[in-house]
Amino acid sequence: MALEFLKDNFVVTKLDYLASWCRKYSLFPMPFATACCGIELMATGASKHDISRFGAEAFRFSPRQCDLMIVAGRVVMKMVPVMQRIWQQMPEPKWCISMGACASSGGVFDTYAVVQGIDRFIPVDIYVPGCPPRPEQLLQGIIDLQEKIANTGTIFGTEFGKRNVYEGPRPLSKFLSPDQSVQAPANFRSSTRTI
Amino acid sequence: MSFADIKEKLSAKFDKLNLEFSSFRDNDRVIVPPTDLIEILSYLKTTFCFDMLIDLSAADYLHLQGATHRYGVWYALLNVENGERLIVKTHLDDPDPRLPSTYDLWKGADWMEREVYDMYGIEFDGHPDLRRILLPDEFVAFPLRKDYPLRGMGERHNFQSVIRSES
Repeated sequence: MALEFLKDNFVVTKLDYLASWCRKYSLFPMPFATACCGIELMATGASKHDISRFGAEAFRFSPRQCDLMIVAGRVVMKMVPVMQRIWQQMPEPKWCISMGACASSGGVFDTYAVVQGIDRFIPVDIYVPGCPPRPEQLLQGIIDLQEKIANTGTIFGTEFGKRNVYEGPRPLSKFLSPDQSVQAPANFRSSTRTI
Repeated sequence: MSFADIKEKLSAKFDKLNLEFSSFRDNDRVIVPPTDLIEILSYLKTTFCFDMLIDLSAADYLHLQGATHRYGVWYALLNVENGERLIVKTHLDDPDPRLPSTYDLWKGADWMEREVYDMYGIEFDGHPDLRRILLPDEFVAFPLRKDYPLRGMGERHNFQSVIRSES
């Protein structure tokens, strides 16, 4: 009698798979929104694009309650220690999405203050291209992250321990010398208006 | 009181300084020497009632053709009563660009002078709290100077990287 009920009421799986399956459908994003990508991030959370379809709707503004950091926007050098601290305050297991051109590479802001990609300072799992990316692209990034979690995740997070080297790009060695600086023409007189 | 009146009275009072007046579109400007800046600004404030300091900023004329001085600092004044505006400009040179603070005349000069110090390294004597306002405290350069490279001197990458297995 008992055996008859048993055959429909259990599944056999791997513990790693089960843990990853739970984790990938309950991501808690930490919105590290510093620029216009943050607006798209809000649109992704709003009802039209509805990030909760992918189980990631619970945005938390404390890093201690999050496991997915979405860096949305350019990060300046003054913000880097803050970003690293927030990343380190997040409990394991945790992932990071670099959203948009500026977070991934500095974008158009190649100046003294803006870092050229956050992957130089924190480990990044998924890069989302675009300036800013559409909400669909961020959702695709989340789907890709879910796939990554499902494929590589383990219950004790041993896959993170293997990532023990710097993952970012090579250090930038080329800088403009002062005599290469751009000089704008000095005459700004407008042709449409006489003085 | 029009710009002509200001011009007349200022040149009469400070006749030894040969103040330079000019107008461009709706900007009325006077160029003053930095040594007499405070005296002229307090005279403008008390006599012509320029009771608001709209803006205080600077420029670096390092590679500009025809420029005789390196830095220019200007004060945009407003008379709230009748809406009259005046721009007071002064020039400075290396080394040690230094100006008296206008904090005692207009309290609003506080952060603007800090910003000019932050970006150009022009120091303001008598400022109550002259330290960097936008850049982090450990920054050593003055990035809006023309001899500072656009991409910086490596400050933006001068941080430790967080490794995944250690975070």
